[in-house]
Amino acid sequence: MTVVTPFEGIGASVKRKEDLRFLSGRGRYTDDINRPGQAYAHILRSPHAHAAIRGIDLAAARAMPGVVAVFTGADMVGLGGLPCGWQIHNKDGSPMAEPPHPVLAQGKVRFVGDAVAVVIASTRAAARDAAEAIEVEYEVLPAVATMEAALAPGAPAVHDGVAGNLCYDWHIGDPAVNAAAFQGAHKVVEFELVNNRLVPNAMEPRAAIGDFDPTTGDYTLYTTSQNPHVIRLLMGAFVLQLPEHKLRVVAPDVGGGFGSKIFHYAEEAIVTWAAGKIARPVKWTADRSESFITDAHGRDHVTKARLALDAEGRFLALHVQTLANMGAYLSTFSTSVPTYLYATLLAGVYTTPTVYAEVKAVFTNTVPVDAYRGAGRPEATFLLERLVDVAAREMGMDRIEIRRRNFIPNDAFPYQTPVALQYDSGDYVATLEEALKVADWAGFEQRRQAAKAAGKLRGIGISTYLEACGIAPSAVVGALGARAGLYEVGTIRVHPTGSVTVLTGTHSHGQGHETTLAQLVTDRLGVPLAQVDIVHGDTAKIPFGMGTYGSRSLAVGGSAMVKAMDKIVAKARRIAAHLMEASVEDVEFDRGTFRVAGTDKTKSWGEICLTAYVPHNYPIEEIEPGLDETAFYDPKNFTYPGGCHICEIEIDPDTCQVAVVNFTAVDDVGRVINPMIVEGQVQGGVAQGIGQALLETAVYDENGQLLSASFMDYQMPRANDLPPVSVATHTTLCTHNPLGVKGCGEVGAIGSPPAVINAVVDALRDYDVRHIEMPATPAKIWGIIHAGQRLAAE
Amino acid sequence: MYDFAYHKPTTVADAVKILSADPEARPISGGQTLLPALKHRLNKPTAVVDLSGIAELKGIRREGDRLVIGALAKHGEVANSPEVKAAIPALAQMASTIGDTQVRNRGTIGGSVSNNDPAADYPAAVLGLDATVVTDKRRIAADDFFQGMFTTALEPGELLVAIEFPIPEKAGYAKMRNPASRYVMAGVFVARTKSGTRVVVNGAGPGVFRQAEMETALAANWSADAVAGVKQSPDGLNGDIHGSAEYRAHLVTVMAKRAVANAG
Ligand SMILES: Cc1cc2nc3c(=O)[nH]c(=O)nc-3n(C[C@H](O)[C@H](O)[C@H](O)COP(=O)(O)OP(=O)(O)OC[C@H]3O[C@@H](n4cnc5c(N)ncnc54)[C@H](O)[C@@H]3O)c2cc1C
Repeated sequence: MTVVTPFEGIGASVKRKEDLRFLSGRGRYTDDINRPGQAYAHILRSPHAHAAIRGIDLAAARAMPGVVAVFTGADMVGLGGLPCGWQIHNKDGSPMAEPPHPVLAQGKVRFVGDAVAVVIASTRAAARDAAEAIEVEYEVLPAVATMEAALAPGAPAVHDGVAGNLCYDWHIGDPAVNAAAFQGAHKVVEFELVNNRLVPNAMEPRAAIGDFDPTTGDYTLYTTSQNPHVIRLLMGAFVLQLPEHKLRVVAPDVGGGFGSKIFHYAEEAIVTWAAGKIARPVKWTADRSESFITDAHGRDHVTKARLALDAEGRFLALHVQTLANMGAYLSTFSTSVPTYLYATLLAGVYTTPTVYAEVKAVFTNTVPVDAYRGAGRPEATFLLERLVDVAAREMGMDRIEIRRRNFIPNDAFPYQTPVALQYDSGDYVATLEEALKVADWAGFEQRRQAAKAAGKLRGIGISTYLEACGIAPSAVVGALGARAGLYEVGTIRVHPTGSVTVLTGTHSHGQGHETTLAQLVTDRLGVPLAQVDIVHGDTAKIPFGMGTYGSRSLAVGGSAMVKAMDKIVAKARRIAAHLMEASVEDVEFDRGTFRVAGTDKTKSWGEICLTAYVPHNYPIEEIEPGLDETAFYDPKNFTYPGGCHICEIEIDPDTCQVAVVNFTAVDDVGRVINPMIVEGQVQGGVAQGIGQALLETAVYDENGQLLSASFMDYQMPRANDLPPVSVATHTTLCTHNPLGVKGCGEVGAIGSPPAVINAVVDALRDYDVRHIEMPATPAKIWGIIHAGQRLAAE
Repeated sequence: MYDFAYHKPTTVADAVKILSADPEARPISGGQTLLPALKHRLNKPTAVVDLSGIAELKGIRREGDRLVIGALAKHGEVANSPEVKAAIPALAQMASTIGDTQVRNRGTIGGSVSNNDPAADYPAAVLGLDATVVTDKRRIAADDFFQGMFTTALEPGELLVAIEFPIPEKAGYAKMRNPASRYVMAGVFVARTKSGTRVVVNGAGPGVFRQAEMETALAANWSADAVAGVKQSPDGLNGDIHGSAEYRAHLVTVMAKRAVANAG
């Protein structure tokens, strides 16, 4: 009888190993961890967007029951501020303005939510009670809540010494070549648009526990992080001046990040430092209200663009001017988002020969803004794919045809864009064709007529997009201002009986790495999935790592694992050769079996593992016992997923509500390891994209108070806001990593927003509307549909 | 939340005694409004008086041409009650759309009506059906009960015990939800009862109010077309990040048409 084991390797939709604990409520998140003797921190936050602190009276708070300690910025003088990880240079070559980012306010607060003091008490409630007893004397200063206000002449300065609230004035591309290409163009399409500010809203709010062992001087930080090693480096080296060997950072189960948990936050430094001060563990957990005003927000661009076209609709030149909101301080990767993760994408999938982009980053009295799912690439894609639609309409061309005419053809790869990137592979026609088919684009007119008969306005929209992820080659990003390398690390520990533990420097917070990464091992070494465990999120266990963001875990982290497995297989073949008395060149290895080529002489994976650890019959002079290997993998290039998204919507002209009735995503994410997980990632990304396009927006009033500061006013997508999403993939392999993978974590959020808005504008074709800003709320659409009537009535 | 004393009386009389003795004490029914306020430290009662053990406040029954709903009736109970479905289907339908399943299994009609959130559902039905609010002391006509945003005729310490709804000939409700909170952005309840035709607007303004022009139009001609031509003035309506007063005024007419259609 043959035992047929189900295929669990690359390409199998195996169920997620982690879901048993997540779905049965047995995940172990930071707030589930309690240390003996733990005290609780509550952070007193600024109620003002901009104020000078004239005095802080802590006496009453210190006298409150249960209070252990109260600290303010004065207690942290001498420690470092929160560092920014990427230095951008101005057009003139000078470095960006980089004002200090104190952990606790030093004399001034700069946004509603800025940390002023921390109370540590024996219970959460006692800490909060005592925080209310702190008397802060604020001198309220005029605030700048928008970029427009911040850039106005004579605007109040967010930071002393930062002229005009300008962090940097950066550019990419050749302005002279670009300007020349506009000369004599058949048509120039000018366009302005906003990329709305978003609140990330991971399901699990941020939390941190600092722990200190006075007998060894060792610190441990448990934190909701996407990259514990990065936090150890930033917090240890720049803020608290603790060496790595005395600082352990653990990021246990993390309930969603979407970028917002990449960054090093003040609370992490506060609890770690305070634990040392009071020699007791200190726990802090954000409540949802706190998340709204302290988690880094996303997007928030205002852009002007000009596209030059020839008479056939070919793109000749693109000129883009963008203002990017940084908020009050520079969060860890904030400066890279509107530059190298945005402007370098402005060629998109098109052959536009010259692109020139100018980006000004602006300080405002708002929550810091940083990477949020897609980070820069959704902003670039939204701009391009709206602009292309507007150009098609103004040229009197078909929307699909104008895209086809400008696609980078398949034989042009590797393709060098005018904005630094070199695309390795793609097939934009194939993803377009398939999406048109799946979405039944051809049958739309009929559906539109049927909707019209039912009193509805139906529209269809398309986006053909590309993104760059799998970040990133260290030397390249280093030259561009990154203050870190962006390789990844994998250790494969092969146990004596053949099971495997993988230590990865990436971190899983919803993506399913414990399954996908294990499938790589199963596929290569032939070890059943149940015998492969993925360990992540602990600097004491994992040699090193740069963490998870920019869809890099598989492309970079998975590639590091492949390199480590290469080393293991090479060594195992030598051991097998010894046991089978063959030469190593003759030993073949295929998924768990070593064979002397052309013979039926075999050894199993288990036998070789056991031999490596019980080296009785072993070439001990030539080969060390053991079968563990570690590899660092530094990618050679970014990866370039892309594809086509099509959205179909219906507007109820009475209420002006938009219903998304169909969504099709055909993406090229390179080789697909687990199709089910890819589908889930795309669906989740599309949900966030639809959220941005139709529902979500962070709104500040002119005094810098966040108006959409809870779910009463900030509209997250719910299940009934979302359509069924048809997900398909069309693969071209990445040419420069060993797996051929590109990454699928962000494509959904990058490709979808313009498809949605293009559909809304299409549905409103009978009204005079060129563009509608995100989110396309019923109130905005009502303004368009009923403007005529209203004007007549006035 | 701040510390407070907790009482769980079993009679209305005992509850009223505790509440009258301490002006800072608050009754709690389903807690779906009060608890979030306590958690956000927006409220600092000395004591919370849990009404859930009081049998007199429970039950839904038909009494002649009226439907009497006890203050503690949960939204889910009203939605699923055969008595309500038979007598006033529009009320059962309304209850089935309040909040989500969890809210409907905790929140009560007494709590909702006492609270008089301008974006709540029930006040529109109470006013639209010309119901009577029964308290531990008196009977209050709906027209006198609602007094604007979060304000009612209830005096401190006075408990809402039940609501008596006259059974209408026809009634219907339609609302558009606030996109974020899913409370009412603009809603209209219409009813034809023995005492006349009523059209009540909720969500759009600072409190529920009767729409006199629509009432006249509908009394003359019970049809969606009759209200379709009546424009609501935006003056005094709410405007916020979700929509202007003008947009809400527009929605009032749309919802009025739909409410009439729903009433059949
Ligand atoms: C997520 C969410 C969504 C919601 N969505 C909606 C919605 O779409 N539409 C809607 O209408 N509502 C909605 N609500 C509110 C919900 O309907 C509440 O149940 C209702 O507002 C209050 O009822 P309660 O029994 O929970 O009252 P409680 O919270 O217990 O009390 C509310 C107030 O009434 C007072 N009170 C309670 N009972 C009495 C009484 N018998 N006599 C005098 N005073 C009393 C309390 O002291 C308190 O001030 C929502 C709530 C939540 C949490």
